[in-house]
Amino acid sequence: MTAMAHTAARPRHVTPVRLGRIVGKVAIYALLIFWAFVSLFPIYWTFSTSFKKAANVMKGHLIPWIDYVPDWLGWRSLGLSPDTLFNTSTVRDEFLNRFENSVIASLSASTLAVVIGACAAYGLSRFEYKFGPMKNKDISFFFLSQLILPPVVLAMPFLVLYKELAFLDTRIGLILLYTLMVLPIVIWIMRDQFDTIPIELEQAAMVDGCSVWGAFLRIVLPIALPGMVAAFILSVILCWNEYFFAALLTSTHAKTLPVMVASQTGSQGISWWSMAALSAAAILPLIVIGITLERYIVKGLTAGSVK
Amino acid sequence: MQDVSTSPGSIARTAPDRAVAGTWLIAVASILFAALVLAQSLYKAEVIGWGFETWRPIALAYVGWGVALALGMVWRRGIEGHKSLFVLPAVLFTVAMVIFPTFFGLYIAFTDWNLSSFEGRRFSGLKNLYALFADPYYWNALGNMVFYVLTVLVQYAIAFGLALLLNAEIKARKFFRVAFLLPFMLSPVAVSWMIGKSLLEYRYGPVAKLARFLGWDSPAFFTSPWVAKTSIAVMDAWVWIPFIMIMLLAGLQALPKELSEAAKVDGASKWQSFWQITFPLMLPVSITAIVLRIIFQLKLADIVINVTAGGPGGATDTVSSFIFREYRDRSNVGYGTMLAEFYLVLIIIFITLLLSIANRWVKKTQ
Repeated sequence: MTAMAHTAARPRHVTPVRLGRIVGKVAIYALLIFWAFVSLFPIYWTFSTSFKKAANVMKGHLIPWIDYVPDWLGWRSLGLSPDTLFNTSTVRDEFLNRFENSVIASLSASTLAVVIGACAAYGLSRFEYKFGPMKNKDISFFFLSQLILPPVVLAMPFLVLYKELAFLDTRIGLILLYTLMVLPIVIWIMRDQFDTIPIELEQAAMVDGCSVWGAFLRIVLPIALPGMVAAFILSVILCWNEYFFAALLTSTHAKTLPVMVASQTGSQGISWWSMAALSAAAILPLIVIGITLERYIVKGLTAGSVK
Repeated sequence: MQDVSTSPGSIARTAPDRAVAGTWLIAVASILFAALVLAQSLYKAEVIGWGFETWRPIALAYVGWGVALALGMVWRRGIEGHKSLFVLPAVLFTVAMVIFPTFFGLYIAFTDWNLSSFEGRRFSGLKNLYALFADPYYWNALGNMVFYVLTVLVQYAIAFGLALLLNAEIKARKFFRVAFLLPFMLSPVAVSWMIGKSLLEYRYGPVAKLARFLGWDSPAFFTSPWVAKTSIAVMDAWVWIPFIMIMLLAGLQALPKELSEAAKVDGASKWQSFWQITFPLMLPVSITAIVLRIIFQLKLADIVINVTAGGPGGATDTVSSFIFREYRDRSNVGYGTMLAEFYLVLIIIFITLLLSIANRWVKKTQ
């Protein structure tokens, strides 16, 4: 905007080349602001709608305090507004239970995946294996190929398998499945990470008397920590958002937050404020992670794509 | 753990009796595990009277067998055994979680099994496969997948534009990058409500209001087939564009600066230098991003399930959402699994072709 005012104020002194550059700058910022608006508006909309009343929704009010008076309506229906926070609320109990399930499932699955994935990635990056006809390349491909497997293929067998194992509707069942889901991604990121660490470091450590595992745990892992954090955070995001398996394999005990959000979507009708509050509560942790740990997410997403 | 192999530079020098013990350990553990599985299967088949209520102890036994295998490997092969410990957990885990379900799934696919009927599982041969070929809704869903996969190219174009913008000399780059990335973090289910069910809502949704203001009299985003399909594609793009964008941005930042400067000195216009220098150099990253994105796109389901449930008349259905409904609403397990396995075969063929074409293309341009 300032650049525009600038050109309008002194048009005669500006050469065509500079004018072109300024127009270019304005266009770049206009596009950037436009896309930032596209990206952020739905999020803003969700948070602001959770403070609206029916009339505000119908009239399409957008800006709090100017258009409409914020109200705790949506959060009250979840039992999370200031006045209901200390009362008993069955909705809040359900919500907190789902929230807890989501937290435990995604954190445990990510931890498990990072632990076994980092070990496997290290092995594949450093040693020569031969499991029957399978060599390193084939083993890597075996892990990565799991990425192609669509959830629908595993859904039914898992339903039956989990029924036999008494894992249906348990957190442990969900954790194992989510670990399987993110393991290829973790291995992909960690292999990229280990490939960048010079092998001489471990060789020196082994000359000094470290065992293979000692060199891995004491020398390599601390250097690879950023990659592990990146893999962990990406895994947490993917697990937190997972819906398909959770919808099929859980019912009362281990239901996760996305399943709760989905089951409310149909039934709530026009009481948008409570849906908005629920959605907002479901995405809030991710937004916090996204803003504070963006560096690691970018690191995780770009692993292996740029050589 | 204190065996000889940990001493520096030693090459798998283990005591022979240790190696023998390792072999024995693996053999005994394997026999025990196999016996347990056999006994439990016989119990479940009601041949013998003793066994576990569920298969859960067998899962624990599998873990135990894994530990014995690991220990045996170390005893038997020393430092080589230590090295194999790195991949063993991941391999055992993946094998247990994938191999069994895949084969079991193949078996289910050839049975007539509906959870809501009393008859239980019956082998039905190729009946499900014939039904699949005659099912117009399945082929319709596959057709939709072609459309959804093609939208990846549009997403790629937009993402490339955004990556170029972020790579330009701008202020507040960090803010824009975080803002652009946020949609990718959100759960598709929440997005279904946020955008599909409220922003695009016919009566009160702000986007519908804007559309009315711009002259579209009845902005119904999910009632006519192509509009509905496009709306789903837009939502999907909103979530996934950041993913492609971040990969492309990393690629742009890794490009050597001298090249574009040299082009500028030579008097090439920005347009020319993009098409002749930047774009060809970005080809490998672009192909990685597009292939990964297509792999994820083939699993598209959450948004469709929650916004349109495949409607209107199957216009927005993806294969995954169609099979999801087959499972959940019709409990048609056998048929649904056949659909899924058939889809998997198609995916494998498609991805293999895609990868080989991509590889050849990259080689040709380099």
